[in-house]
Amino acid sequence: MQEHDISFVRAEMVANSTPPAAERGIVRWLRTNMFATPLDTVLTLLGLLLIAYTLPPFIRWAFIDAAWTGPDRSVCATIVQGGLQPDGWSGACWAFVNAKFAQFMYGRYTFGERWRVDLTAILFVALLVPLLIPRVPYKFLNAVLFFGVFPIVSFFLLVGGWFGLAYVPTSEWGGLLVTMVLSFVGISISLPLGIALALGRRSKMPVIKVLCVVFIEMVRGVPLVTVLFMASVMLPLFMPAGMTFDRFARALVGVSLFASAYMAEVVRGGLQAIPKGQYEGADSLGLSYWQKTGLIVLPQALKLVIPGIVNTFIGLFKDTSLVYIIGMFDLLGIVRQNFQDSNWASAQTPMSGLLFAGFIFWIFCFGMSRYSIYMERRLDTGHKR
Amino acid sequence: MSSPDSASHAGASARGSWLYDPQIRGIITQVLVALALVLFVWWIIGNTTDNLRSRGISSGFAFLDRRAGFDISQSLIDYTANSTFGRAMLVGLLNTVLVAVIGVVTATFLGFLIGIGRLSRNWLIARICTVYVEVFRNIPPLLVIFFWYLGVLAVLPGVRESIELPFDSYINNRGFFMPRPIWGEGAWLIAVALLAAVVMSWFIARASYKRQMETGQRFPVLWTSLALILGLPLLAFVVTGFPLTFDTPSLGAFNIVGGLDVKPEFLSLYLALSFYTASFIAEIVRAGILGVSHGQSEASYALGLRPGQTLRLVVIPQAMRIVIPPLTSQYLNLTKNSSLAVFIGYPDLVQIGQTTMNQTGQAIEVVGIWMAIYLGLSLATSGFMNWFNAKMALVER
Amino acid sequence: MKTTILTGVLGAAALGFAATAASAATLDDVKAKGEVACGVHTGLQGFAAPDDQGNWRGFDSDFCRAVAAAVFGDPSKVRFVPTNATERFTALQSGEIDVLSRNTTWTLSRDTSLGFNFAGVNYYDGQGFMINAAKLPGINSALQLSGAAVCVQTGTTTELNLADYFAANNMEYNPVVFQGFDETNAAYEAGRCDVYTTDQSGLYALRLTLGNPDEHVVLPEIISKEPLGPVVRHGDDQWFDVVKWTLNALITAEELGITSENVEEMKQSDNPEIRRVLGQEENSTIGSALGLDNAWVANVVAGVGNYGEVFDRNIGQGSPLKISRGLNQLWTKGGIQYAPPIR
Repeated sequence: MQEHDISFVRAEMVANSTPPAAERGIVRWLRTNMFATPLDTVLTLLGLLLIAYTLPPFIRWAFIDAAWTGPDRSVCATIVQGGLQPDGWSGACWAFVNAKFAQFMYGRYTFGERWRVDLTAILFVALLVPLLIPRVPYKFLNAVLFFGVFPIVSFFLLVGGWFGLAYVPTSEWGGLLVTMVLSFVGISISLPLGIALALGRRSKMPVIKVLCVVFIEMVRGVPLVTVLFMASVMLPLFMPAGMTFDRFARALVGVSLFASAYMAEVVRGGLQAIPKGQYEGADSLGLSYWQKTGLIVLPQALKLVIPGIVNTFIGLFKDTSLVYIIGMFDLLGIVRQNFQDSNWASAQTPMSGLLFAGFIFWIFCFGMSRYSIYMERRLDTGHKR
Repeated sequence: MSSPDSASHAGASARGSWLYDPQIRGIITQVLVALALVLFVWWIIGNTTDNLRSRGISSGFAFLDRRAGFDISQSLIDYTANSTFGRAMLVGLLNTVLVAVIGVVTATFLGFLIGIGRLSRNWLIARICTVYVEVFRNIPPLLVIFFWYLGVLAVLPGVRESIELPFDSYINNRGFFMPRPIWGEGAWLIAVALLAAVVMSWFIARASYKRQMETGQRFPVLWTSLALILGLPLLAFVVTGFPLTFDTPSLGAFNIVGGLDVKPEFLSLYLALSFYTASFIAEIVRAGILGVSHGQSEASYALGLRPGQTLRLVVIPQAMRIVIPPLTSQYLNLTKNSSLAVFIGYPDLVQIGQTTMNQTGQAIEVVGIWMAIYLGLSLATSGFMNWFNAKMALVER
Repeated sequence: MKTTILTGVLGAAALGFAATAASAATLDDVKAKGEVACGVHTGLQGFAAPDDQGNWRGFDSDFCRAVAAAVFGDPSKVRFVPTNATERFTALQSGEIDVLSRNTTWTLSRDTSLGFNFAGVNYYDGQGFMINAAKLPGINSALQLSGAAVCVQTGTTTELNLADYFAANNMEYNPVVFQGFDETNAAYEAGRCDVYTTDQSGLYALRLTLGNPDEHVVLPEIISKEPLGPVVRHGDDQWFDVVKWTLNALITAEELGITSENVEEMKQSDNPEIRRVLGQEENSTIGSALGLDNAWVANVVAGVGNYGEVFDRNIGQGSPLKISRGLNQLWTKGGIQYAPPIR
């Protein structure tokens, strides 16, 4: 076997030859991900066409041709319209947003007192961020500070009239401040109220159950606009003669009651998902109803429905834009009110203002939804088989 | 309510005390709650009647029979300023239903398309669909409506620069104008023919399904039905001697006059609601499709079904079961969001109700009418969707 | 459970946001609060609109300041409450505001069934039409508007007048109805409608907020009487008197030639009428009879100026609106602004 006359024996493996050009690198990726079938090709081309048709004009309008700074409407109007820009010019009027930025944030909050809003915002962020990051310790203390102490402190800070702070009536609040206060208070009222309603709906006491069902279904069946109308036009009629509600409080009542009905349904979903054994286990340990609910059922149920709760929050945040209808100026409202300013009236102002408002809303809502996805993954420990 | 201490005390010392009987306690709680509610409602009613009396506001629905005195831009039924407030509200209700129904159909179609698109293997399409969903889901619907309204008005030309379309149609920033068909004598026969064709197609479909189940042979249902539905009315049309003329739109002093028009308010509300709701429906559809296990589509590929068929015949029917309940609440949301019409001047129920409220001062009655109607619409929609859901639900064998 | 929570929420909100109780004596309430709560427009250039610093500027908001000056001697003691067309009346009825100064038309039904008192007329207005002359050359009368699309605001007498006018003249039109001024503006500017209709004063104000004001003209026809004035609740005569006479004082001051600049010198005037009005008479009761300081007219004029000054500064020749006085000229100069004597 030794004396073979084979002149060449390959001692090592043949090196892998590179795949054909069509099967590697970017070409392969394109082939499999964008041009796999004729239909895919058509779709891809249509998609590219859509992008080519919308994106460059938008970038041109929003960035390249935009008027970034300026003293008044002249920078955003063409010569024919009494401005400085050449005829046919079309670009975003960011100068408008720039000039009105403070109003968009604070509304007409008294000038010298705006540090109070800033301070509240700083407190808010300082308490919220550690609450959101799971690794930071002292969660309980943090939550107590955030939901218990912070609202009181910020109430005194924002409204004033105590400790030598000037009183700033809520009719002067506006912009992002109103949006944030409405959402924060709405969220902190609607969550406990929603839990109470959900528990009531699953209660064995018929009177309470019927009341909760009627309330939840009625509120969920009607649009927020009508609820706000009711809060603004009918609430004054419900009160004894001479007693009036601050308009801000009326909006708060309307928004919170509305959100709590939706919250109740989300929480009910969580309650229903808890296996019966948990209830029975708690009963057999001799726990009272409130112990059973507070220590066994709710912690599990709420954990299950965190995404739903956050979605309700997002909905509430977006819904605050409707308070405009009862004469309040949230972010969207104040942006729109400023379209009335003759110093800044131009054909480009409305779109620019709306785009700005949309961007702010989007950042908050997108942030919340990303956080909910993150929490969902993190908490996803128990119930998946 | 009861701390563990008192509970154990109760168990030990006062076994017989009715105070600690959960049933009796339940009854007492309920009585107390009911009493508190009655008192609260009593208080509100008392205040309200006092307030109404002191302000000299008369209550009751008599105002619905009074002359309205204002005009409405878009109406599905005859309406003039001389009509009553009641009729004005009816016009509003019909407009609400119109935009809701058309919006629901479009949003469903768009939502399915985008939801499936997000799962596409095509990278570009999936990305575009993702961006779409993330943008529209995260801004307030009101803003979407404003964007569309401003956008529609900005893009379309003025009346004098109207874009002419085939068949005497025009499009400009006052709306989309097309010829209005005017049916002559004997036109009812065409409607009867259409109805007959639809009924016949339904029976044919049933019979062919039965035959396919029994013999495996297929009958070209689609083509026969199409022929019936198009052919029969056409036949009736010829027989009755072409009883159709058109009122074509033409340029007047200010506007395009005549014809049938779709107003930009309607158009932008409809587009905004559809686009906004579609982003939610897309997410629901995606979740539904992801909820159908991979084994199902693999098995269907193994049987030799093509991807399109797999999607249509295997995946979507199963996904529907997951999709329908959340889809219902999106339909309800769309209907409720149509009340935002008040911001862009589309004469829906809320807008006309608001005008009525301002002209008559009957705030309580108008809000009551709103609530009743929206609740009715919601109940009707969820009732229908529940029926549909029961039909689609898994039949366990 | 639900109701207790509900009442708890309501109660907390009421406590937290300082629910105010408006009793019959508004003047005492106002003095106790230290400010006049005044309902104004949410933003109408020239009548009431916040400037860049958030200060309210305009004809209507200056009237609020005049009332504050009469009550407190300080025109800055006003809390402005922006209201829209729908809820302005609710706000006044419920006591959220003490006086409504928001170009509100005086009509019989508002005076009676809504339970209000109009303190007078501070602006004689009428409903008019505005068109884009560049796009519609040759239109110079409202009677040529048959078939036009008309932008109008809901919740006003305007909507009804419009229907009546077109019906009376056998003309057709196409209403486009909006909730607020900004929507109406945007739609008109975008060419959604040919005609914009509201009170003429409002048209002049709105014209300025359009992209190119020079293109737009206000047609000469006035199709309705719109006497605009400040409104108070029915049933409080003392407060009604204060508001009514504040308006009269503004007009009287113009008649007598008292301006914000010369008011101090005028106190030493030889004219007994001027001295009486400014509270310089011995044992004067022109203020105390109203429950005010005797120098209240002087305070009003020092604070905001006389009627003519207020008019010029906000909507007249000294403002971008450049509305001519017309009917709002003094009766001595061909107008119909006429104040009962202060004595």
